[in-house]
Amino acid sequence: MDFREDQILRYSRHILLPEVGGTGQEKLIQAKVVLVGAGGLGSPVGYYLAAAGIGTIGIIDNDTVEISNLQRQIAHNTSRIGVGKADSAKETFETLNPDVQVVTHKERLTSENIMDIIGDYDVVVDGSDNFPTRYLVNDACVMLGKPLVSAAVFRFEGQVMSIVPGEGPCYRCLFEVPPPPGMVPSCQEAGILGVVTGVIGTIQATEVVKLILDIGKPLKGLLLLWNALDMHFRTVKVPRNRECPVCGENPTITELIDYEQFCMMGH
Amino acid sequence: MNISLNGEKKEIPDNATILGLLEFLKTQPERVAVELNLNIVKKDAYGTTNIKEGDSVEVVAFMAGGMDS
Repeated sequence: MDFREDQILRYSRHILLPEVGGTGQEKLIQAKVVLVGAGGLGSPVGYYLAAAGIGTIGIIDNDTVEISNLQRQIAHNTSRIGVGKADSAKETFETLNPDVQVVTHKERLTSENIMDIIGDYDVVVDGSDNFPTRYLVNDACVMLGKPLVSAAVFRFEGQVMSIVPGEGPCYRCLFEVPPPPGMVPSCQEAGILGVVTGVIGTIQATEVVKLILDIGKPLKGLLLLWNALDMHFRTVKVPRNRECPVCGENPTITELIDYEQFCMMGH
Repeated sequence: MNISLNGEKKEIPDNATILGLLEFLKTQPERVAVELNLNIVKKDAYGTTNIKEGDSVEVVAFMAGGMDS
């Protein structure tokens, strides 16, 4: 592919890196990445992916911007209160980089629509706020053999794992079934230090870029844990579970499940 | 006895099971996943899985937040 003059300038600091170069930048421009959620995590992920020149960014979110989001959801701003988050994030990301095409999916993911929505993308990024979506996304990605960069945050902490079906464990290998309703408080109930979503989201974006460029070691089979208060990063090795109900040797989950929305505070 | 808990040395009651450890840590079993010497322990085996001196245990919390949370 021939870069335009402005693209050579825009991506010059990437092209200078031997691990990226013109070939790598071309991969980024041709890549399609979909974000589940344009909130605390999706904002920084989308921002950096747009800056990196990811050609197509999908945003799945049916929520609207509220003032209480703006403490951390940096894709939005005060003038967008009441606007759909997908539309708001699209405007932000396309303003940063007009090369990027942002596709909005203003729906809530279900077993009915997820395959159609994520089917065309190369990498899925989960920054959702609830367990039903988290399990649905994991199971769909395993079934489609699609790489998934999953992350979650809570108060002062976050966790990230890259799931490459067939090559490493999935979310269910570690967390086989969702916790019972009400057992795990949402951030809305428990609070979240805004910048924690920024740190964890930018780690997710880093993983996406590494997966697309096929460089370095992604968090495959590794759960990264970070605590902001003691500034402590650690990784926990996560083995593949042969008895995993979705990616194991004899899967018992062969159809997608819509778990009950057991955290009504979630939205 | 001494074990490695989440990468750090920790003294816990002798002959504890996973369930006993979680009780000792005041952690609800439903809110975590547990890894014993790099193997995920199934929830229904928490009460029957014994921890030995020197074992390496990881207790990882469930987290759902990110989007609106």
